[in-house]
Amino acid sequence: MSLRRAIFVDDPSAVLARHRLLLTKPWRRRAGEFATPVAVLGLALFSIWWLDVSFGQIGPGLAELGKFIALMVPPSTGGHLVLFLKSMGETLAIAFLGTLVTAVVATPLALLAAQNTTPSRFLRFPIRRLLDTIRGIDTLIWALVFVGVVGLGPFAGILAIAVSDIGSFGKLFSEAIEATPARERETVIASGGSRSMGIRFGLLPQVLPVIASQMLYYFESNTRSATIIGIVGAGGIGLQLSEQIRTYDFDQVAFIVGLILAAVAVIDWISGRLRFAIIGRRQVLA
Amino acid sequence: MSTGIPTLPAQRLDQLLANYGRDVARRRRQSLAVIAVLAVLAVTAGRYGEVDLGNLLHHLSGLTSYFGRILPTLRVEHLTGDIVDWYWNAFGWLRLLFDTVLIAYLATLAGTVGAGLLAFLAAANLAPSRTVRWCVKRVLEFCRTVPDLVFALIFVSAFGLGPLAGVLAIGIHTFGALGKLFTEVVENIDMDPVEGVRSTGGRFVDAARFGVLPQVLPNLASYALLRFEINVRASSIVGFVGAGGIGQDLFVAIRKFYYTDVSAILLMIILTVSVIDLVTERIRHRLAPVEGAG
Repeated sequence: MSLRRAIFVDDPSAVLARHRLLLTKPWRRRAGEFATPVAVLGLALFSIWWLDVSFGQIGPGLAELGKFIALMVPPSTGGHLVLFLKSMGETLAIAFLGTLVTAVVATPLALLAAQNTTPSRFLRFPIRRLLDTIRGIDTLIWALVFVGVVGLGPFAGILAIAVSDIGSFGKLFSEAIEATPARERETVIASGGSRSMGIRFGLLPQVLPVIASQMLYYFESNTRSATIIGIVGAGGIGLQLSEQIRTYDFDQVAFIVGLILAAVAVIDWISGRLRFAIIGRRQVLA
Repeated sequence: MSTGIPTLPAQRLDQLLANYGRDVARRRRQSLAVIAVLAVLAVTAGRYGEVDLGNLLHHLSGLTSYFGRILPTLRVEHLTGDIVDWYWNAFGWLRLLFDTVLIAYLATLAGTVGAGLLAFLAAANLAPSRTVRWCVKRVLEFCRTVPDLVFALIFVSAFGLGPLAGVLAIGIHTFGALGKLFTEVVENIDMDPVEGVRSTGGRFVDAARFGVLPQVLPNLASYALLRFEINVRASSIVGFVGAGGIGQDLFVAIRKFYYTDVSAILLMIILTVSVIDLVTERIRHRLAPVEGAG
């Protein structure tokens, strides 16, 4: 950094001519750089026109929003503290059981979807497509479907969370299985173990910490999802939240949102600690 | 000596085996304890969650028949007729799907612009002051922790039904989520260009524009594209609460048990999302072959 260099130029125009290309851009690049923002902006204007977003809505809307926010302070329980706490507990229960069921069901599916544990292409392919399809459908849609099947209540929420997570968790876990080195499994088989013993003693010990930490991560994210599935009637705090928003009780809305934020923060903290204990700092970050 | 394998003296072997047994027993006890704790939690949660396995078994046939019923009847002899029947409202749905994608686009754009501006204030290496940084980080955290559907519910009350509420709700969530990622990108830059601009008398804005932006732009664009795909999924949902897009029709179809409509709309959503997934992935690979951006 302390190195300094002075350049003495006898003929600046010659130097400039030699390095002309560094200072000018070809017209193609220039056009590209100009066209991208124009296209982005043009598409935005088109979307506004197509969606019929009227800017006249924004002024009154903001005023209304200001009123809501004014109503939010101070947050109040509206005398429903016990109900809210119970619903929050229900939400946590939904997230926990949903995650647990996911783990129990997705683990064997992942073993069937991974290349190194299931060599048969005919078995792997349908299972992978099944996982893809499940993953393509949002948790809330599953919640709505399960409300139709098992009725209103937290049970529908548990099923919705479990099913929608099986898709993503199965994929994630099967990738983790495929990433394990084959050596341990081969050792078990070479010393006379069967294929299933190879999986049990050579593979599972390698992936279990990964699964455990992923489960904790999913528990966190499921706590967030579980707060909204109540909006379609699948139990938990979301039901209270949407009720209070619809009846304009914004002081209670603020309280519930605060409760959710606090619960999510606590879960984040706990699961962060547990993950740290299970796989160590480095892998938590990675 | 028939075998060439040397064996340990019995005493030493016994000791090693005992050690091994003790280790295994300890691990078993730990695993059992974990399982016991999980079981207790599961039972408690089950009581809270009103889990009723009898109910599930009772409805299990309903579940399978549900998925049987949402599948359309397609017969080989009049396949086209059946497909036309299945997609009776194809143009209406396509229009709504287009709305959905545009909602996601506007929301992504708004969130990206907001996050791109605020990331410079939240990054540890650039932030003008610690107070500003702390405040910006808390705002971003709030925006990404509150689910977008909750924002959508509130905005529908404030701005009325329609796509505006959806755009704002998803935009705010995007803003929070991208703000965090962008901040991390900005924190990982090479500081030399920034010092260069500063040393020639540039202000904060100049340093951000000429020292930082050229370094981070490919990464920011890549994250924004990734977010766009997530937002398409989100915007197909916000219609559930009346915030525009195809969600409204899907909600009605599921609620009113228009079985084949459900599968028709779901199939369209899944296809759209996978096409967008493919396209954005291509663009992202061209943009930034940078590690950590995937």
